[in-house]
Amino acid sequence: MQPSLETSERRRARRALWVLSALLVAAFVVSFALGRYAVSVKEVLTVLGDSFLSLFGKEPSPVVEANVRTVVMNIRLPRILTACAVGAALSAAGATFQSVFRNPMASPDILGASGGACFGAALAILLNMPKAGVTGFAFVASLASVALVYLIGTAARGNRLLTIILAGIMVNSLFSAGTSYIKLVADPNNQLPAITYWMMGSLSGVRKSDLLFALLPMALGLIPLVLLMWRVNYLTLPEDEARTMGIRTERLRLVTVLSATLLIAASVSVSGMIGWVGLVVPHLSRKLAGNDFRGLLPVSCVFGALFLLITDDISRNLLTTEIPIGILTAFIGAPFFLYLMTRKEDGR
Amino acid sequence: MNLSVRHLAFAYRKDTPVLKDISFRLAPGELLSVLGPNGTGKTTLFRCILGHLPGYRGSITLGNEDIGGIPPREMAKRIAYIPQLHRPAFNYAVLDTVLMGIMGQRRAFDRPGKAERQSAMDALEKLGIGFLADRNYGDLSGGEQQLVLIARAIAQNARILVMDEPTSGLDFGNRYRVLERVKELSGQGYAVLLSTHDPQLALTFADRILALSGGTVLADGPSAETLTPELMRAIYRIETEVVDLGDGAVIRVKGTGR
Repeated sequence: MQPSLETSERRRARRALWVLSALLVAAFVVSFALGRYAVSVKEVLTVLGDSFLSLFGKEPSPVVEANVRTVVMNIRLPRILTACAVGAALSAAGATFQSVFRNPMASPDILGASGGACFGAALAILLNMPKAGVTGFAFVASLASVALVYLIGTAARGNRLLTIILAGIMVNSLFSAGTSYIKLVADPNNQLPAITYWMMGSLSGVRKSDLLFALLPMALGLIPLVLLMWRVNYLTLPEDEARTMGIRTERLRLVTVLSATLLIAASVSVSGMIGWVGLVVPHLSRKLAGNDFRGLLPVSCVFGALFLLITDDISRNLLTTEIPIGILTAFIGAPFFLYLMTRKEDGR
Repeated sequence: MNLSVRHLAFAYRKDTPVLKDISFRLAPGELLSVLGPNGTGKTTLFRCILGHLPGYRGSITLGNEDIGGIPPREMAKRIAYIPQLHRPAFNYAVLDTVLMGIMGQRRAFDRPGKAERQSAMDALEKLGIGFLADRNYGDLSGGEQQLVLIARAIAQNARILVMDEPTSGLDFGNRYRVLERVKELSGQGYAVLLSTHDPQLALTFADRILALSGGTVLADGPSAETLTPELMRAIYRIETEVVDLGDGAVIRVKGTGR
């Protein structure tokens, strides 16, 4: 080991973060150029550069047409940023839940956050609410379902983690029954397709306002996780063990779960159900960066942003009609999950 | 600082007490081994001492403080717990594993810096396993893992070590290697309370033996004098003789009494 006493795992995590960040920047720029309306990478860079310089009062350069500017800044920019934010948030939440539940197969859905969001969104669509209402309802219902799961799970007798997971299964099932009932009574001509489409998960039609709505709860969720980056490691130990080292495990777990839930609720409410990202990305990130949350959290975030950005690029460019991104992530995620289940344990 | 347990009783369910009346003291520099048949409450006793089971009767004191009034972070400065070997859900680098012992006493947002890494390294060196620092805990052998957990307890800077069956799951050689290190620590002034299922190990390494049965203390005294064939019969229902070889005694099993 080096004189600075830094483990090779830490160095490996840092290297992974740099490589993934570079890839993310590249994918970010290229994503603007992809789409039905042709825009060159050079135009993208000019428009992005202009809008950056305009912050300092510089005039935009006249070489790029107004159409291109509109496509880049008003259509593609919000969508690309949302893909990155949702990917990062879901992956960070997934990594957190895996640590909290001491299980590499735990995913963000485990506490009913997405089941609740679906119910909220379906209800809002049934009530003919505008898009902002659907997002808001999904967000609130998502938080409410996790709160319900946590209350039931901690009040029940027996192994705390197990009761929370069982409560999650129960509440999820209640909400999905509710969603089914709403689908039954919804107008089959416009409401039912809207509900179905929402549940598939998609970033099409994401506007600046949606992104701005999601960013606040995402920041509120991510900041405590970043501050507690080292502390979260203790949650992976058996509770008695962590407590004898001086950790108040209950409080720490509550703060962590709450933060992760904010991340999920914010993501699901703008993008609908996008499964698998929160399971697959943190799992691969553990391979790259190790289990230490100090390395795992940033790597998961950047990796998740990169993964969802590329998947979204595919979803809007592969066919002439857009494929909902939730379908694509499932196509990638489900086989990966199968691989995890059948693979031999390697001791880590 | 003395650990003293007086008339301790504990029941998980009302009418079935696990511990009925336990009293003993543990002084600095002492290695006390708890012996007892399966299910006699050794682990329950440890959990009470560590403050995990607040519903006990009787008293547990450190120096002249009752442990009930000591917050977790302060407890961590006095008593360190070394768990039985188990497969953790996620493994960390050995240095990080040891750092957890140090950082639990810091503020929630604190992260280990160079000074903390150096202390963790010192704890590893103290047990002669500094060379493992960069390895992953999950890749180590059982004996090495147990030593890392001991190093973590040392890094925690507590003077009382509570070890729940530190030798279970270890091979013959590693049991002796691990307990030799533990013995060295008690020689440096650490008070060690450990449970074992192997009376021979207790006889070889412990200063004192505390024998439990049915939730009460069967015997408490210096190892060589306390561990008699009568006690062996009472604890394990087995016929033995203790043979003194001059530089240590050996327990020989004569029959299982069937």
